Amino acid sequence: MIHSLFLINCSGDIFLEKHWKSVVSQSVCDYFFEAQEKAIDVENVPPVISTPHHYLISIYRDKIFFVSVIQTEVPPLFVIEFLHRVADTFQDYFGECSETAIKDNVVIVYELLEEMLDNGFPLATESNILKELIKPPTILRSVVNSITGSSNVGDTLPTGQLSNIPWRRAGVKYTNNEAYFDVIEEIDAIIDKSGSTVFAEIQGVIDSCIKLSGMPDLSLSFMNPRLLDDVSFHPCIRFKRWESERVLSFIPPDGNFRLISYRVSSQNLVAIPVYVKHMISFKENTSSGRFDVTIGPKQNMGKTVEGVVMTVHMPKAVLNMNLTATQGSYTFDPVTKVLTWDVGKITPQKLPNLKGMVNLQSGAPKPEENPSLNIQFKIQQLAISGLKVNRLDMYGEKYKPFKGVKYITKAGKFQVRT
Amino acid sequence: MTDSKYFTTTKKGEIFELKAELNSDKKEKKKEAVKKVIASMTVGKDVSALFPDVVNCMQTDNLELKKLVYLYLMNYAKSQPDMAIMAVNTFVKDCEDPNPLIRALAVRTMGCIRVDKITEYLCEPLRKCLKDEDPYVRKTAAVCVAKLHDINAQLVEDQGFLDTLKDLISDSNPMVVANAVAALSEIAESHPSSNLLDLNPQSINKLLTALNECTEWGQIFILDCLANYMPKDDREAQSICERVTPRLSHANSAVVLSAVKVLMKFMEMLSKDLDYYGTLLKKLAPPLVTLLSAEPELQYVALRNINLIVQKRPEILKHEMKVFFVKYNDPIYVKLEKLDIMIRLASQANIAQVLAELKEYATEVDVDFVRKAVRAIGRCAIKVEQSAERCVSTLLDLIQTKVNYVVQEAIVVIKDIFRKYPNKYESVIATLCENLDSLDEPEARAAMIWIVGEYAERIDNADELLESFLEGFHDESTQVQLQLLTAIVKLFLKKPTETQELVQQVLSLATQDSDNPDLRDRGYIYWRLLSTDPVAAKEVVLAEKPLISEETDLIEPTLLDELICYIGTLASVYHKPPSAFVEGSRGVVHKGLPPRTGSIESPESPDTAPAGGPAADQPAVIPTQGDLLGDLLNLDLGPPVSGPPMATSTVQMGAVDLLGGGLDTLMGDESEGLRSDVGGSPAIGGSGSFTAAPSTTAATNVGAALGSGLGDLFDLTGGVGTLSGSYVAPKTVWLPAMKAKGLEISGTFSRQVGSISMDLVLTNKALQVMSDFAIQFNRNSFGLAPAAPLQVHAPLAPNQSVEISLPLNTVGSVMKMDPLNNLQVAVKNNIDVFYFSTLYPLHILFVEDGKMERQMFLATWKDIPNENETQFQIKDCSLSADAVSSKLQGSNIFTIAKRNVEGQDMLYQSLKLTNGIWVLAELRIQPSNPSFMDLELSLKCRAPEVSQYIYQAYETILKN
Repeated sequence: MIHSLFLINCSGDIFLEKHWKSVVSQSVCDYFFEAQEKAIDVENVPPVISTPHHYLISIYRDKIFFVSVIQTEVPPLFVIEFLHRVADTFQDYFGECSETAIKDNVVIVYELLEEMLDNGFPLATESNILKELIKPPTILRSVVNSITGSSNVGDTLPTGQLSNIPWRRAGVKYTNNEAYFDVIEEIDAIIDKSGSTVFAEIQGVIDSCIKLSGMPDLSLSFMNPRLLDDVSFHPCIRFKRWESERVLSFIPPDGNFRLISYRVSSQNLVAIPVYVKHMISFKENTSSGRFDVTIGPKQNMGKTVEGVVMTVHMPKAVLNMNLTATQGSYTFDPVTKVLTWDVGKITPQKLPNLKGMVNLQSGAPKPEENPSLNIQFKIQQLAISGLKVNRLDMYGEKYKPFKGVKYITKAGKFQVRT
Repeated sequence: MTDSKYFTTTKKGEIFELKAELNSDKKEKKKEAVKKVIASMTVGKDVSALFPDVVNCMQTDNLELKKLVYLYLMNYAKSQPDMAIMAVNTFVKDCEDPNPLIRALAVRTMGCIRVDKITEYLCEPLRKCLKDEDPYVRKTAAVCVAKLHDINAQLVEDQGFLDTLKDLISDSNPMVVANAVAALSEIAESHPSSNLLDLNPQSINKLLTALNECTEWGQIFILDCLANYMPKDDREAQSICERVTPRLSHANSAVVLSAVKVLMKFMEMLSKDLDYYGTLLKKLAPPLVTLLSAEPELQYVALRNINLIVQKRPEILKHEMKVFFVKYNDPIYVKLEKLDIMIRLASQANIAQVLAELKEYATEVDVDFVRKAVRAIGRCAIKVEQSAERCVSTLLDLIQTKVNYVVQEAIVVIKDIFRKYPNKYESVIATLCENLDSLDEPEARAAMIWIVGEYAERIDNADELLESFLEGFHDESTQVQLQLLTAIVKLFLKKPTETQELVQQVLSLATQDSDNPDLRDRGYIYWRLLSTDPVAAKEVVLAEKPLISEETDLIEPTLLDELICYIGTLASVYHKPPSAFVEGSRGVVHKGLPPRTGSIESPESPDTAPAGGPAADQPAVIPTQGDLLGDLLNLDLGPPVSGPPMATSTVQMGAVDLLGGGLDTLMGDESEGLRSDVGGSPAIGGSGSFTAAPSTTAATNVGAALGSGLGDLFDLTGGVGTLSGSYVAPKTVWLPAMKAKGLEISGTFSRQVGSISMDLVLTNKALQVMSDFAIQFNRNSFGLAPAAPLQVHAPLAPNQSVEISLPLNTVGSVMKMDPLNNLQVAVKNNIDVFYFSTLYPLHILFVEDGKMERQMFLATWKDIPNENETQFQIKDCSLSADAVSSKLQGSNIFTIAKRNVEGQDMLYQSLKLTNGIWVLAELRIQPSNPSFMDLELSLKCRAPEVSQYIYQAYETILKN
């Protein structure tokens, strides 16, 4: 099981270590640094590294490497999932998962880690259980604590810890009872040079924010549940009900959580809401090139496409770019060679266009590869798959909750090859 | 008010200041001080000096303070064991606390303190906590048993905690069940033989019930445990599958993958005709695809596992090709894995899409990825015949880009395409030749030279091209030199008139000016071949080449089956069985897929399928090498294989090596594996795949009997089997890698034409290069000693192995060992010195002139006193008397006379040991049943203590 955890920042400092069994020397991280050096890019450090006596399994999140040390055969996914859970918990407790936040709350971090893992076995990883055991820091609480001498460690056994619904604590009370669901869909797509779709699928999630008193039992039904054939559920969902009736029936956790995630695969024909017209070319002898990109709407179901941003990793030989944008603004970073064009909203009457000259390093051979365009966008009030919530019913409690559903479609990994 | 303030006191008297604060009367100040101490501890500062002061703060009602002190204790108790005892009382008291949180905390912390004296006090509280009324305490206690077992396994067994833990599997609370399973699994891992998790239908039922109700982590433990269960029939397997399937929709990817493991394993038992089988196949695809939309780290592990699943059951994901298309901003480790799976899924139906993608990738920025993409195109051509033409034209397009590394990779794969489809695409040779000058990587140069040599008759200026390479012959790498030698010989055989000078030049370069034995040997062989019989030379060198396999780096099927049982584990990431690399696994349990019970075929009976036996018919390891080497090996292997069962050692080595080397290649680093698979000559790449065999053969022969060895290689027309060699046992592992910092040594002993040798395979399983090898023997009963130093020519790179035949003599110093044939060996390398001992079979000491005169035999037999006679039984031998006699003769046990008494054959035999001891034997062969014989062996010898070992030798020779 998980032996130790090291937190390492981008400049290679180990700023926190925690051991659940015997102490493992920091020097084990040298193997990690070695791999990091070899990978050049931080994103490319392999997640599983073997050393003569240990294995290092790491994740990279929010500019921090979470490096865990294991000694025996352990499912790596288990470790990776756990590490992500640790990062999520930090995020949840401190509002951000950063080196400063962790250093500022080092004792809470230590207490949390101790509570999350016992001898390498996960103990309590549900955020609301942890919050009962260790109270998140707030300015008010630290003031109160320093006056009254009370602590931020709970001294009773968390109620959810052993019940069949470990994700919910007992005795929740709200004056306004609310349940919100955000249906968020991201389109992952690869569009080839000619504009035809090589690959496209929709990654959807339903994120919920539930603030309901007592023990509400909810069921959520859809107009078109058939769309959902590949779904991952939060543990609270009763699988049998879904199998037989295609209804999500559950006692929700308190607060924010991800109810389901789902995938609508390419077979079902994913609508592509934007198109890109592009002309990028480099000339051998003049060390220059032309760049001309237009973005327009397509299959957007009558909604406005907004928040459009295009990023392009230009080839290394590109020195600078002189472009004019008919809409929005662009930046080019000559060090990282990243071109970013913040377009904003697309109005079909006047399509946004970015065009101009590319300056190449003189003497260098003309770049072989044409850059891929990475597009981001947002469409409010639309789930591009067509998924629609039918109704939400509540049982087990008497009050009438306020309910709301919001739809949003975004670009996920949306790439246009040129 | 943040915790960063705890770091600010870095003045000189920090420890002193803290000490004062810890002893303060004010609770608040105390707590702040402990927090500061903990903060220092988290960054690895040594604050152990404060131990007594911190422990003093332990007795408090403040839970936070208590927890903090416990945290500190866990970290430092080990370094201050005597002080830690002070804490015991508080612990024991806390274990009785009315608050279950405190009881659990106390027992949990005590388990973390790895001090013997403390663990003694732990037993009683732990026993109580295991039976606590509160499930939270029970579940904590369950894990504590695993902790305690790690510290003192004997204690746990003596105190009967294991039984209590087993009882907890039937606990009413699912969380307790899950933790008990987790604890038992961890304990079982260090005790592979123990039957801790004795699963039966009842306990399985309990686990399945708990599975639905416990936490996600508990589900992983339970699923992994279920995967070890062997259902009694297909109905049980199906019912378990049905109850596990809902886990595929879990949000936690580790749960999903563990569920996939259980299903993949139990599916093996279901009949393919079953409707349910089809349903299950369909259900497996979506969750696997979903894993690919997770974080890149998760994707990587998922992809490595999918790679296995695709090889085992390609039908699951055959329609999902597109999800493996690479996005330009995927991390490189994800890209490479996706590419690999794309090739595995490539088929006639989707090849157009795949090729279009691969062509796209070949223009990407990342060099490693581009190279792999280019190779992938070649692999597609070889795998999907219909696409070959398009692949070749794609490759030509890529060559036109003139991007150096793309061109080189393309040429390397085109060579393989030529091998697969001979005489089909030669029109492209002209284009290839244009790029001759830009090739600077050995592999590409070697490939190009091979092409020129192979198609010499169609290339007008082949001689000029090859001559141009010859100028810098000595600066080339070995693989290029070898290729060049072969190519020029091929050219000579095709166009003898114009190229005589060239061939002489290369032969002299190879034989006289080179100090590489492989090159020299090959040069000599060609030379002799050409000078004695050019017709034979033509037949040999220009022989038809065996076809290359379609899939180059498939995992060998038995290994694949084993790995399927390890889905989701580290083994699945490394594609090696855990025994090969996990240091902690103190014993090896080989897992295997369950046999299909529904089918008529009975599973192989265990005794007919020895584990790791030389599976000569494995489809996975058909060598792709096309040069002389393949030819030579064929030559060498051909006759004896079809000949009598008197397997000469050459054959054995060849066969074993084919397999071993091939496997190494397969299991090695992915790109490395690819590299050596498509390559063309011995010194290629890191893993030194199959090609090591001929070179060692040559080395042995040179060492032992140069003339006869070489003669044998050439002895094509003459009789087969002149090579005398005694029985050679298959190699066994003598020194496992985990005992020798990554060096694994396996070996065997052989005797050939009067000389004894120790055939070793050194494998580097560590991460660093090994060099400076040396070997030494301790004094032993027969004075065995190395006759030459251990020669490892090049440093041994990670994952590489080398075969060495170490000649031995018997002139070393003598000391009687127990057992008699024990040999203690020390091997040194740049890392350390390692010791191991091994038993050598006595028959390697049987000398060639061990045949006694008849008269002499009778006289000696009478002369040796009867008390020196020992009798042994050899049961169930399937050989006839003549076969026995000839088999034994192969190992220098000579039959002097044969008699038939009352229907039983009697053989009288003699043998002589290297130290001059004569052993006389009478062998009575009596049929026990129609096909087997029982042998009765009477041995007479003046030194009766050897008899037992002689008997063992008899048995090994006859039973193999």
